[in-house]
Formats: sequence, structure tokens, C-alpha cells
Amino acid sequence: MGCWNEKIQMMPRKELDDLQFKLLKALVHRLYDFSPFYRAKMEDAKVTPDSIKKLDDVRKLPFMSKKDLRDSYPDKIFMASKEELVRYHASSGTTGKATIVGYTRNDVDMWAESLARSISSAGVERGHVVQVANTYGLFTGGLGFHYAAERIGAAVVPSGTGGTERQLDLIRDLGVNAMAATPSYMMHMGEVADKLGISIKNDTQLRIGLLGAEPWSDKMRDRIQDWLGVKGINCYGASELSGPLFSECSEQTGIHFWKDIALLEILDPKTQEPVGPGERGEMVITMLQKEAYPMIRYRIGDLSVVEDDKCACGRYHPRLQRITGRVDDMIIVRGINVFPSQVEFSLLTNPEVGNQYQIIVERKGALDTMLVKVELKPEAFSDNILQLNAMRERIEGKLRSLLNVSATVELVEPGTLPRFEGKAKRVVDRREY
Amino acid sequence: MDKDRDKYRIKQLSIFSENRPGRLMDITRDMKDAGVNILGFTIAEGSGYGVVRMLVDKPEKARDTLSSHGHVVKFTDVLAVQMEDKPGGLHKLTTLLNAAGINIEYAYGYRSPPVAVLIMRVEDIDKAIDTVLSNGGHLFDTSHFK
Repeated sequence: MGCWNEKIQMMPRKELDDLQFKLLKALVHRLYDFSPFYRAKMEDAKVTPDSIKKLDDVRKLPFMSKKDLRDSYPDKIFMASKEELVRYHASSGTTGKATIVGYTRNDVDMWAESLARSISSAGVERGHVVQVANTYGLFTGGLGFHYAAERIGAAVVPSGTGGTERQLDLIRDLGVNAMAATPSYMMHMGEVADKLGISIKNDTQLRIGLLGAEPWSDKMRDRIQDWLGVKGINCYGASELSGPLFSECSEQTGIHFWKDIALLEILDPKTQEPVGPGERGEMVITMLQKEAYPMIRYRIGDLSVVEDDKCACGRYHPRLQRITGRVDDMIIVRGINVFPSQVEFSLLTNPEVGNQYQIIVERKGALDTMLVKVELKPEAFSDNILQLNAMRERIEGKLRSLLNVSATVELVEPGTLPRFEGKAKRVVDRREY
Repeated sequence: MDKDRDKYRIKQLSIFSENRPGRLMDITRDMKDAGVNILGFTIAEGSGYGVVRMLVDKPEKARDTLSSHGHVVKFTDVLAVQMEDKPGGLHKLTTLLNAAGINIEYAYGYRSPPVAVLIMRVEDIDKAIDTVLSNGGHLFDTSHFK
């Protein structure tokens, strides 16, 4: 199996740490000397490049928040001149106003390099056909995988989203080996294929799914792998960071964060101190080589756990575990934090209901109510109302015991909940504050 | 004996339907367009959904039409028992079933002079058939619903 840039992928821990420190030190020097924005931030925090004497000293640097990005709209903190910029993207705007990201030629290059390493570690190689069923355009999902796959010598089918039946034709006719998509679109494609009498597992060569851009669960991965025969590779990125950058290797035990690309901290959101090994916390990311739009200790708002021991694949790059929620995806229902990923996890344990769901939060008087709509599978339908109600109550009971807050479950007809080809929007919050 | 009983198993359509305006109209439009006549009809109310139950003259055609339009539909076997169209007609039947220990899951009826008909769903359908017939009762068979 090919391993793109094997030298850095397989680098021993000590060399990686030294490299990371060198890159951090250079970054801080560059920002202090050339960026009024970062210089002011560092002066406020009373740090200079000389304060950075070891890797841990990253903690002396000030944080960047989403608000910093919004306030700098569109390009106030860019560090590249018009002549140096070669590309713009914009964030998908999950929350708040869009963020514009500028790229130098080197930024585009390092982005492709990072993701090329990642997908090669997941099994994509020269000679493969890679269908990119992410949105092309301002969203980074399309072009990110496109450049990465081309870089390692795979052939790209730039299908984008939509036209699912045609996509299935391409998958079969071109012998597509890997597909980049959101997990919900992968599931949707499976449903469409079933309807057309096509088995992705038996009738195609599609074996690798490069999946991300929205929270998903291991249960969903199991379903995709068993049902479609597609290995679900979890990917991570964000437009502020360049786009999709990292993925799991074929061991599927966490997303390798290339140490020369990013420095990843996991902090307690309240104390801002590092959490212990294996503990969940807020991700804070420093991009070590970005030029046009640097990111220092950026609080991206995702919560997760990082494993730093040697991976079974032999790599030392730390492994990000499942994102158990984006801070801004989280809904608070009657004071309890609820993540859509938890709801999904619980629902998927019920064989009677389908893959799609919708959470509707409302306020009746002073009380929040949470309604979870889920599609009944045709084979689970019973003419017996008592049995249907019992099923519904069973699903509610499971949700309540996982979330610690009660939710009403409504069974709806299959195919009636909204399908998403881009980022799934599962939560409808109708509360007025 | 099983063969003899089979003709009394009436194929009722049971349709899962969200409880919202227009959903029933979708079903009735399908029946109209397919040229299916509805002979008996009831809606059972769940929570947020309902189960529509219908007897029709062309069960297979009705099912295929509804399925192809995305409805969740299945057949349920029910019995159609003849009653006397006069006071005490239903009581006579319930007395009989009670004596045999047969529980009715659900039922709905219609009047078709000179008789009345009770459509009923029971757990042990064979036992119900035997009980009604051996006590001189009359069951309508499938040919009646064509």
C-alpha cells in the first residue's frame, strides 16, 4: 500500500516533537514581527517570541475565538498581500456569520499535502478512482479531497452532491474505489441504491468512504460498513483551518493530526488547563504552517478526546477520537446539554426505525420540550396500535436514560424527513429567548 | 378444514399514516385513481399517527398503488360476521364470543339491510371462525368483498 510522504508519516516521536517545536517557534516569530493583530494579542498576554522555550510554552499564547474571526471579516487579519493570495473559501456558517479564508499558493499546497497523507493512510492509492461527492465551491469539502486525491495519483470523479442515481452509475461504470461524502449522504446513497436494486456491497468496487463535515457515531459507521461494505473513514477539518485536513488511517482508531501541520491541545473548557490523558475536553488548534490566515490556539468549539500512544499502524501522530459534539451544536434542554450525536446513537440501537431523524425543541410556558421525529421502517409496521405505542415508548425510554432528559418520540412515515446532501441540519430550535 | 377457513379470512388493508391534514386525502386519491372501491373504513388513533384500516374490492391493486406512492401498508386478516339488523343483534354475537373466551382486538361495523356486518380482528382467528360457524352463525367470505 502506498504511503504518501512516508518519511514524515512514520517519523519517530522525538523527531516529530523537535520538528513541531521548531515550526511553532518560527510561527510565533513571524506573527510577532509581521502581524499587527497577533502582535497586539501577544502584547496583551505579555508574551514575546522569546517566551517560547519548549513545546509546552504554547500555553502562554493567547487564544483565538470564533468572534475574532467574525470581527475580522472579511480579511482584516490576513497576512498575505493581494499578490500572494491565490484562493478564497468561506465557512459553511454553522453558526453566526460566514468566515472568509484566504490562501497563498503554499497554503493550498500544504492543505492538499496534509489530506493526501491522510487518505493514503486510509488506503487510497495511485490507480484508484475517487469520487468526490462533497459540495464544490465556497465550501472546502469538494476541492480539498479533489486536490488530495490528485496529489497521490488517484483519478478524481468530481461529482459534487446531488444526482444520486447518476452518481451510482459512475461508481459502477468507472469502478470507483473511494468516495468522499458526508456520512448522511453516504447513507442516502445506500437507500437510493437499494431502491434501484443495486447492492453497493456486491455490485460495486466502492470500499472506502472518506466521511466527515458533520457529527456522526460509531453505530452509524457499523451500519455503513455492514450494509454497504464501505469502510467508513472518519475525517476532520474546518474551513478556518484550510478545509478537510486529517483522517483516520486504515486502523480506524482515531484521526491522525499531523504534528508538522497542527498542534492540538485538549483543554478543560472552564479552567483552560489541559485535561488528563483519555479525558474529554475542548479542542484548541494551532496551525503551524499557514501563511495567509494563521490560526493560533484557535478554539474551534469541538469537544473530543485525544490518544497519544503509538498507533497500531506505527504512527506517532496523535489520534483525535470521535467529536462528541461541537460546542455550538449542543442544545440545552431544561438545563441538560444534549448533543445530536447522542440522540443519533440512541436511535440507531432500535432496529424498527430508519437512519434519518429530526430534533425539534420548543418552549411551552417555562418548560422546554424536545420532540424527536424518526422514520418507521415498513417491516416494523404493525396493525396493532398497542404494539406501535409500546415501540415508541421503548425508543423514548432509551433516549431518556442516555440523555437524562425526556423527549417525545414521534414515528413518521419513511422518506418524509428532510434529506441532506451537504451538512445535515438535524435540530430545529423554535425557542424564543 | 384450514382450506375451508381460509375463504373467511378477509384481507384488510392497514396503512400507517401521519396524523396531519391531507394525508388521508392522499390515500383516497390513490384509491380513486386506481379504480378501487372502498367497502369498509375506519381510522385508529395512535399518538401523532394513525392506522387507516380499509376493506376494498381489489386488495392487491390497492396495496401496490399505495406502496408505490411511499405508503407503509400491509394486509391484516379480519372476519366479517353477519348480525341480525334488530335490537340484540350484536349482543347475540358478543355473548357467543364471550362464552368461547374470544377477545376482540378491534372491530367496526356497518349496516346493510336486511343484515348488519361486524368486521373484527381477533387473536385466534381459526377459533373464532369455528365458534361462529358451529353455533349457526354466518361469516361473509372473500367473494362478498369483490
